[in-house]
Amino acid sequence: MSAIELRAVEKTWENGVQALRPLDLRVERGEIVTLLGPSGCGKSSLLNIVAGLTEASAGDVSVGPDERIGFVFQQATLMPWARVAANVRLPLDLAGVARAEANARAAEALRRVGLGAFAEVWPRELSGGMQMRASIARALVTEPTLLLMDEPFGALDEITRNRLDDELLRVRREQQLTVLFVTHSIHEAVYLSDRVVVMAARPGRVVAEVAITTDEPRDDAFRVSTTFARHARDLQQALLAAARDADEALA
Amino acid sequence: MRRALPGLVVAIALLALWQTWVVAFDIPVYLVPSPLTVARTLVADAALLGRALWVTVQVTLLALAAAVLLGVAIAFAFVQSRWIEAALFPYVVLLQVTPIVAIAPLIIIWVQNPTLSLVICATIVALFPIIANTTLGLRSVDAGLADYFRLQRASRWQTLWRLRVPGALPYFFGGLRIASGLALIGAVVAEFVAGTGGTGTGLAYQILQAGYQLNIARMFAALTLIALTGVLLFVATDLVTRWALGGWHESERVGR
Ligand SMILES: Nc1ncnc2c1ncn2[C@@H]1O[C@H](COP(=O)(O)OP(=O)(O)OP(=O)(O)O)[C@@H](O)[C@H]1O
Ligand SMILES: [Mg+2]
Repeated sequence: MSAIELRAVEKTWENGVQALRPLDLRVERGEIVTLLGPSGCGKSSLLNIVAGLTEASAGDVSVGPDERIGFVFQQATLMPWARVAANVRLPLDLAGVARAEANARAAEALRRVGLGAFAEVWPRELSGGMQMRASIARALVTEPTLLLMDEPFGALDEITRNRLDDELLRVRREQQLTVLFVTHSIHEAVYLSDRVVVMAARPGRVVAEVAITTDEPRDDAFRVSTTFARHARDLQQALLAAARDADEALA
Repeated sequence: MRRALPGLVVAIALLALWQTWVVAFDIPVYLVPSPLTVARTLVADAALLGRALWVTVQVTLLALAAAVLLGVAIAFAFVQSRWIEAALFPYVVLLQVTPIVAIAPLIIIWVQNPTLSLVICATIVALFPIIANTTLGLRSVDAGLADYFRLQRASRWQTLWRLRVPGALPYFFGGLRIASGLALIGAVVAEFVAGTGGTGTGLAYQILQAGYQLNIARMFAALTLIALTGVLLFVATDLVTRWALGGWHESERVGR
């Protein structure tokens, strides 16, 4: 069974904005699928529908019954009044996990994102990238099987972003994880994904699906390989074609 | 401490200027007493003024405590139900906009116990900022965090205690800072009104009496005590705020 299966899902907001035209999307277990598209094409709306934060206007949304969802927002959204460890522990506290076990698991999750030494500081004492990592630790602490990430590294510099991309791939290797990842960076999409779903705006829709097929390991060498460049060009062309269509429709 | 230094320098300079002016121009003590005269009066009348200070401080602190308890309870009721807020908020505003000097005589007549009537007046004055700020704080939940709590299927109770209440603390303390000053003002004003009824023994009453007797030095001494009480209250709320918000809140680190 697929981790996520959307059939003819659409979203029209109360104010009449059609955020998503009916679309189908399947994500298999263990896959990393990226939603790539310009601002306003409904990437967040789609992710929130999958997470159950937003109700679809029509269509079928099914998430595998055994999936445990972890969600990472575009911002770190940490509680400023709680230290980093308490922030990471939050989902366990809410679920009523015993304090000792919760502490141990939070420490482990922090260690996994490289924040082991920062458990007892305030969120505001962390850099933006570290806050994002704490937010990822909070998502990982529940040992999710399905990770939904909404432009998690969008606000970060490229070097930090690349490092966090690597960390994500590492975590995904260590534990079986399905990832649905939102980005507007072509390079990030190519680097992370098994498959890229290209979206266009007004109204939001899927315009192309590109499988990133390569035997090369995902590392710095991959970033400058011809395979990488070819995929990046394909994606760029798909995005440009969609933008051109939209302009013609407006004209 | 270093932040208090500039203020201290200005205070000393002003006092010195005032002292020089009074001495140089031979200003009569029944018009403007010199700072040294005021200080001597403070010492000479220490017993009398100390008792009065204690009464005023008691009324202020009781009123502040009542305003906090009532205000927080009302704010919680408001955020639990829009209906309650729509029904009661107009009356909260009414209480806020009606001058306390206008209602104080009524309250003093209705409530037999003089201290209680003063506390009620001061509570009314101090209540509004607590209600308004706490309500605002309980409502201003970070939208992302609210989504996260929903995603984790947090109960209404968990959302209240783990999200709304901590998020409201900075707002509440902002309200408390204003309310502490207002409680003192309320206590003094109410006593001025009550003083004519012959019940008060607080600092306001001492000012009234000293005024009748043209004991201007004692008036100044009582005034000084009221001002000092206000400053101490302010500093105390500041300390409590910093203790409660600890290291996490932005406003607590600016310039410190
Ligand atoms: N709560 C809402 N009410 C009404 N319209 C909304 C709401 N949220 C989003 N929209 C609209 O839906 C469309 C898609 O928004 P969405 O946030 O999903 O885009 P996005 O692809 O995530 O963009 P970005 O990359 O800028 O985050 C936009 O036109 C937006 O204005
Ligand atoms: Mg978005």
